Amino acid sequence: MEKVIEVHNLVKKFGSFVANDHLNFDVFQGEIFGFLGANGAGKTTAMKILCGLSSPTSGQVKVAGFDIYKETEKIKRNIGYMSQKFSLYEDMTIAENIRFFSGIYGISPKNRKEKQDKLLKDLDLESAKDSLIGSLPLGWKQKLAFSVAIFHDPKIVFLDEPTGGVDPITRRKFWDLIYEASDRGITIFVTTHYMDEAEYCNRVSIMNEGRIEALDTPDNLKKQFGAKNMDEVFLKIARNVE
Amino acid sequence: MIIMIPLLQMLVLVFAATYDLKNVNIYLVDKDMSSTSRELASKLDASPFFTINNTSFNPDDGEKAILDNKDHMVLVIPQGFERNLIRDDKASLQLLVNAIDGQAAQLGYSYAASVIRDFNKNIIAEWKGLPEFNPPYQINAVSRFWYNSELEYKWYMAPGVLCILVTLIGLFLSGMSLVKEKEQGTIEQLNVTPIRKIQFLAGKLIPFVVIALFDLSFGLLIAKLVFHLPVVGSLWLVFGFGMLYLLGILGLGLFVSTLADTQQQVMFVTYFFMMIFILMGGVFTPVDSMPHWAQIVDEGNPIYHFIRVMRMVVLKGSNFGDLIHEFIAMSIIGITFLSLAVLRYRKTA
Amino acid sequence: MKQFIGFLRKEFLHIFRDPRTMLIIFLLPIVQLLLFGKVINTDIQNSKIAILDQSHDNTTREITSKLMSSGYFVLGEELMPSDDVEDVFRKGKVKMVVTFGTNFEQTLERDGKVDVQLLADASDPNTARILTNYASGIINDYVKKEKLKNIELPNQINTEVRMLYNEGLKSVYMFVPGIMAMILMLISAMMTSISISKEKELGTMEVLLASPLKPIQIVLGKVTPYLLLSFVNALTIIIIGVFIFGVPIKGSFFLLMAESFLFILMALSLGILISTVAPNQMVAMFISVLALMLPTILLSGFMFPIENMPLPLRIISHAMPPRWFIVIIKNIMLKGTGIMYVWKETLILMFMAFVFIALSIKNFKIRLE
Repeated sequence: MEKVIEVHNLVKKFGSFVANDHLNFDVFQGEIFGFLGANGAGKTTAMKILCGLSSPTSGQVKVAGFDIYKETEKIKRNIGYMSQKFSLYEDMTIAENIRFFSGIYGISPKNRKEKQDKLLKDLDLESAKDSLIGSLPLGWKQKLAFSVAIFHDPKIVFLDEPTGGVDPITRRKFWDLIYEASDRGITIFVTTHYMDEAEYCNRVSIMNEGRIEALDTPDNLKKQFGAKNMDEVFLKIARNVE
Repeated sequence: MIIMIPLLQMLVLVFAATYDLKNVNIYLVDKDMSSTSRELASKLDASPFFTINNTSFNPDDGEKAILDNKDHMVLVIPQGFERNLIRDDKASLQLLVNAIDGQAAQLGYSYAASVIRDFNKNIIAEWKGLPEFNPPYQINAVSRFWYNSELEYKWYMAPGVLCILVTLIGLFLSGMSLVKEKEQGTIEQLNVTPIRKIQFLAGKLIPFVVIALFDLSFGLLIAKLVFHLPVVGSLWLVFGFGMLYLLGILGLGLFVSTLADTQQQVMFVTYFFMMIFILMGGVFTPVDSMPHWAQIVDEGNPIYHFIRVMRMVVLKGSNFGDLIHEFIAMSIIGITFLSLAVLRYRKTA
Repeated sequence: MKQFIGFLRKEFLHIFRDPRTMLIIFLLPIVQLLLFGKVINTDIQNSKIAILDQSHDNTTREITSKLMSSGYFVLGEELMPSDDVEDVFRKGKVKMVVTFGTNFEQTLERDGKVDVQLLADASDPNTARILTNYASGIINDYVKKEKLKNIELPNQINTEVRMLYNEGLKSVYMFVPGIMAMILMLISAMMTSISISKEKELGTMEVLLASPLKPIQIVLGKVTPYLLLSFVNALTIIIIGVFIFGVPIKGSFFLLMAESFLFILMALSLGILISTVAPNQMVAMFISVLALMLPTILLSGFMFPIENMPLPLRIISHAMPPRWFIVIIKNIMLKGTGIMYVWKETLILMFMAFVFIALSIKNFKIRLE
């Protein structure tokens, strides 16, 4: 399988504080890759480096086949990003948001029109096309934000704790969208601290204090740590480190 | 914060806001070069307001110095000044004044003119061998400055600045705090609790009245210690009116907060109205100089009344009887703002 | 380019969708200018004064009518000797009381001199000083023209005064440049800093940074609308100043526009700098108001001449960009000078813009690392 993210000895320091301590991992095409860790474990830092929002202190990193030091611009064309906060403009309508983000990624107006119609239909939001984002319920905003983040068909989409503050049913529905995207061949890189969500991933890595302590499929991890669910895996790792 | 901001504001605003004229730079063009012209120049230079900064024989250089903002005035003493003064009994001087700041120009000119007049009297007396020269008819305008004999501008500004300060605190803090509850959604929670709205509002607003009144007393104390501001009238009257004023201002803050959804919007709207209220309230410029319609509009401007009362009580010792008009006007304004706010608040939240 | 236009469209949507922002951007400049031009006046006219005339002779009546016909004063009250002057001042109805003693004219004829008392309410010292100045000027004038008209005085020095650049001594000449500086500062610096920190606060900034847009494109996209709006405002202020208040543009219009452009650029870079420091909109707003607005009004020479301030404030005022801009505008508009007389101020503004941009880039880099 094709590797879309290759990370080799990635180190990130802020002064004397080591946020990422020699990270090594690969992510494969079409995979849902869960990036887990407690708050402050360094997962957001690592993700920002992969998105080109921040530069590493040392190590080799390739995203979508491009080098993180020299080809950031090419990387940015091939990724999507959704931040913890919903990253759509509340004072603009759904259509205006889509138009704006398509413009940034250079999608032609004709192309946009077709995709927009399909998207609204899939999400059952056709009647809300001209409603302001601010007037929509949280769950809808989230789905829209995700759909907009993959509107330009990126190779990889980075989701930074996308389901914070949402009820379990909405979260479940959100994951349906993620599966659909994955089926279309989009690689999903997702950080979360909900352990039930870790079960939905193809593979997960668990970070603690800047290091990756475990990386495998959820099933293998459960076996390896003799645990019933991911929650226990996580607790055991945390205890081991201490 | 509560201590530092008023302190800084008082010090910076009051020191910066002054029309007192010092340091007027004069460019001297003395083409006469006589003992009289030299004596006049040294008279001007010796006065506390003027400094002779540059001299030359070419008036054009003087105008250039004004263009360059180096000097404020050019005094041209023409050739034959002394001779004309003795032979023809009259001679002329030219004074060129940079009048972009019209008020400073007017003031500077009148100071210069009075120095020249005194000088004129002295030389006549000297030349005629008299102890003192007086024209046959003379009406002396004797000016007495009541309440502020030294014309200390800081005494005028300090009460005004205090008013702004108290208003800023009352208006911004009250407006913001309610919108913050709205932004965070806590207001909805409160609306389902048994607390009555009036109680809730009172609970929110009373701390701001206390803070604002504290700042008022603190500011007065600074003004007294730093600027030696005399407080002639009754402090009870100042604080009594202050309370009344704050109720109105808090009502206004509350009203603004019902119009806005975010703190930023509150800031914008408040900023807009504050600007107008302050400028029209007569902090920097006298309300009497405004056109008649603006003076009528000002009857509805709370800041105008507050500043007026502050200055009247603090500087002149006006009593309650003198201020009945202001008390009535302020009560009407306050009740209007408060009822508007409560009405809007009932509807929105 | 297409990307950029899309970005601009979005920025304008943000601006036009919020009526409160529109209030500040479009209404505030006009309201302020009109207020300053029509209402806020340091020019004294129709000040209420009281007369206490214990003589009621020809001379006192003539002086009174001279005072009233000058346009500076109106008669607020006629006092009786038994009235308490203190009481009149305390009520705040009049600003000055002119007092003629008994046998005024007789004393003048007999002794050749007499005093008239000008009692001024100096709780507003500035007005008090101006009123007494005007009144004594009018009285002096009266004596010269009416009493001394047939008498030759020896050795008279006559001072001819020429008020340069503002013969009518209109205060709006001072205010137009000041308001321009203030509004441009407000819209360029405050609005940009708020709008950039808003993206940061909402998390959209990260999305933009993770997109193919280059950081410089993002910054330009955020800044350009405010550049345009500031320019429109500068023009509006100049047009109102010229056509409604009769403020002249003696110098080159082109130079005026170029200098305004420079000032706007400087203010925009300051706005960007503030947004790199402020974590959210509220902080950006507070920095802008406290650090920009108050000093702009007070320490820039807009309302109060800088030369009269105490030394520490005079020193601080050098760091205030509007101070230099106001000098430039006054020179170009009112004095009609060219670049020769404002090159120093221009260089200072350029230097400030450069420093702000350099600091912003530095802060921005630190954030990315």
